[in-house]
Amino acid sequence: MNAQTPSLKTLILLFASAALLLVFGIVHAAGAAEPQDPNVFNRLLKPKKPFNLPPAEDGYHDPESEGVAYLQPPKEAFKDLVPSNVGNHVDWVKSLEKGKIDPRFDRLDPKAKPIIMDLNIVREVKGSMPDVVYPHKQHTEWLDCSNCHPAIFVPQKGANQISMAAILMGQKCGVCHGKVAFPVTAKTCRKCHSRPKGKQGKQAEARKAANKK
Amino acid sequence: MNHVIRKRGLAGLLMVLLVAWGLGSSPAQAEYGDLVLNETAEKEGMPPVIFPHWFHRIRFRCKVCHADLGFQFKAGGSGINMLKIIDGQYCGACHNGEIAWSVENCNICHSGKPGLQTQVIGSRLGTLAPPKPAPTP
Repeated sequence: MNAQTPSLKTLILLFASAALLLVFGIVHAAGAAEPQDPNVFNRLLKPKKPFNLPPAEDGYHDPESEGVAYLQPPKEAFKDLVPSNVGNHVDWVKSLEKGKIDPRFDRLDPKAKPIIMDLNIVREVKGSMPDVVYPHKQHTEWLDCSNCHPAIFVPQKGANQISMAAILMGQKCGVCHGKVAFPVTAKTCRKCHSRPKGKQGKQAEARKAANKK
Repeated sequence: MNHVIRKRGLAGLLMVLLVAWGLGSSPAQAEYGDLVLNETAEKEGMPPVIFPHWFHRIRFRCKVCHADLGFQFKAGGSGINMLKIIDGQYCGACHNGEIAWSVENCNICHSGKPGLQTQVIGSRLGTLAPPKPAPTP
């Protein structure tokens, strides 16, 4: 057989692909003819973004760089951690609490333990939002006193002016929150603004303390 | 049998097309909290550094780097260069072939796309005041 005459096999293949296209076309046309669902408004206003993408697809790593192949995909590392709906989609504080991770407190000594300070600071806020309860406990799990005191927060009652504007601009709590620690979004307001104002708040706190005992 | 295989093949093709469409239409999303460090890298002929915060916080608490090793709470604010790293400061305190892999693996850190600015990926400040684009020569 010379090269000009197509073989039977090629002909069959051509015919099959043409038929496939035709079927696709018919199915598509049938779909278009059906009445559309009127409830197509996207109530979230924006499509859901993918997250925890592998390094080569994350838009920052250069997929052509040889080193990228060595990097661990975040999904693999986050598999057993406590999920959250913001940031890395990992609740780091809960993951630590539940022992899902055991990060070292000392570079060399895997047995070194952090010095935990269990002291809540209540900040009565000016606006209508609930008061802020700042827990030293969760912070001292990760950090050293010197990380915050005295450069970012003066360790003295009433000595620190904090505003959401400052936090959003990366100052005060915003030195970590909104960068690496849980982000400052509408989903996270109540993580800090957690104590009802006035009498109610004091009662709630008393109840909590009683429950603890 | 043949029929089943063909059906699977078709389904596979459709999946690949769907995935490709999904990736193509959605903006890329790197990990929250990761840093791009390009104060000096590209000026010195190396790709920008991408530092994965999440990878390190699984292994070390913030205190180890930010209190003991002197890392500032600011992307690009610690004045790190390769000489300091080789001398055992900053990244070099661990990336010395003893605690973690050593500096000869240039491409693992210097793995960013060309032209990226120093920034914290996904940061609130970054969305309010995005990093300035690179000046075109």
